[in-house]
Amino acid sequence: MKIKKNIAISDSGFIFNPSTGDSFSVNPIGLEIIKQLKEEKTSDDIKKHILKLYAIDEATVEKDFYDFLKMLEANKLSAENEKAN
Amino acid sequence: MAKLQYERPLIQKLNTGTMNKFGTRTEYRPHTEIDGAKVEDLMKEFGSPLFVISEKTIRDKYNDANRAFKTRYPRVQFAWSYKTNYIAAVCNVYHQLGSWSEVVSGFEYNKALKSGVPGSKIIFNGPDKTVEELKLAIENSSLIHIDHLDELYTIIELTSEIKKRPKVAIRVNMDTGIYPMWDRFGFNYENGQAWDAINKIVLTDKMDLVGLHCHIGTFMLAPSAYGVAAAKLSELALAIRKKYGKTIQYLDMGGGFASKNTLKGSFLSGVDTTPPIDDYAEAITTSILNAGFLEEELPTLYLETGRALIDEAGYLLGTVISNKRLSDGRKATIMDFGVNILFTAFWYDHKITPAQEFSHYTENSVMYGPLCMNIDVVRENVTLPPMKKGDHVVVHTVGAYNMTQWMQFISLRPAVVMVDLQGKAHLIRKRETLSNIDASEEMPGYLKEFKL
Repeated sequence: MKIKKNIAISDSGFIFNPSTGDSFSVNPIGLEIIKQLKEEKTSDDIKKHILKLYAIDEATVEKDFYDFLKMLEANKLSAENEKAN
Repeated sequence: MAKLQYERPLIQKLNTGTMNKFGTRTEYRPHTEIDGAKVEDLMKEFGSPLFVISEKTIRDKYNDANRAFKTRYPRVQFAWSYKTNYIAAVCNVYHQLGSWSEVVSGFEYNKALKSGVPGSKIIFNGPDKTVEELKLAIENSSLIHIDHLDELYTIIELTSEIKKRPKVAIRVNMDTGIYPMWDRFGFNYENGQAWDAINKIVLTDKMDLVGLHCHIGTFMLAPSAYGVAAAKLSELALAIRKKYGKTIQYLDMGGGFASKNTLKGSFLSGVDTTPPIDDYAEAITTSILNAGFLEEELPTLYLETGRALIDEAGYLLGTVISNKRLSDGRKATIMDFGVNILFTAFWYDHKITPAQEFSHYTENSVMYGPLCMNIDVVRENVTLPPMKKGDHVVVHTVGAYNMTQWMQFISLRPAVVMVDLQGKAHLIRKRETLSNIDASEEMPGYLKEFKL
């Protein structure tokens, strides 16, 4: 999944979507994932990156990562949403 | 390099606009110990879910209530409401503090006797007392609180075979200005039923009318209603004195004082809305003291408060089974405890806190129990840190009614431990086992075997 290009991301976890005016707050690990998505990393790379940084097992990362992607989509932050619009 | 502590990735939409002027309630401060006993250690030793009782809180709450009433009124006697929590160790803490027993069934009556409570210090309430139970209560000089005329006539009949005068009170129901009025128990004050019962008791001269009892409701947030009830009971006691020359020895104001739980639908939390015990004490004692009793005839004030004394002493520790996403995008958390053991989740929005450290990020979630039933909802909406499978939570203020109204449904009931004043945990009720359930079942011979 790719994230919309025009999304503004602050280092403190504040996300702004200029096309809808919506703003969001993410926790540090959520921010990490969004930054990686913005750099167009693949899902596998992102999961590996998370596993390297955090003390957690692969199954949990897998589960939480895909749930987070669903939430990005639901909040209209994915590039797929952009196409649909 | 040491790895960072993991937390589930979260995204929360920021909404602007009107909101609760007090802000949203968020419970992210972890509750890691109960009176010095570590939550993690308790769960490791006794399993999950687990009920934990704080002996210190029981004693503190009792001493506070005792002070509130005894500093306002000369004769006060508490009787522990068994139905609120009748685990023997819990009852014994109250008995050590000086509480008598207040029971509402033969089962509870025998439980109190078994714990060593003298029969004369047991108040026997409730509409269902069998002939055998009434006989036992009469023999033991227990205080029998008569609920209906059938019970009264049964006692009159029993006095012909038992050569002992029963000690009785009648339960009186009345309009105290609150809704709903509990008129299904006892005899009504306003329409004269109470007087019918009193006249019958006094004129048959087979038993001693020693007290008057009322119990106006449950989770009563208006202490003034108790003031009205105490005034009406006092008026009745004085009228009996005037009419028959008999002194009523005690007025039993029952229970129903609210705990610090938050009722469902309540705008403010229970911590902010529940009156202090002093407000109830002030309303009740002022009414009795101003009623016009002679000093030497002031009735003893009996109190059967249960919830207000035990609720905050109870905790339920539980574990996250899973997180899932509902069809509308809401987060759902499934716990290993549900309404089967947390019956009060039907009435309250229980305070739930994590049992381990998290960051300050939170999310809204529906909290479900593990039962295969749609009604198994612990909290319809709770704001908690992003918990993952295996994380622990502490449910607060669960000491009242859960350990008596819990159901053995689908799974077995958990253990209960009491943390003593030194922070040591004692097992006071074992986790149920399959053999506990099997022990009560019988198998007809022709059903013993089958082939599949």
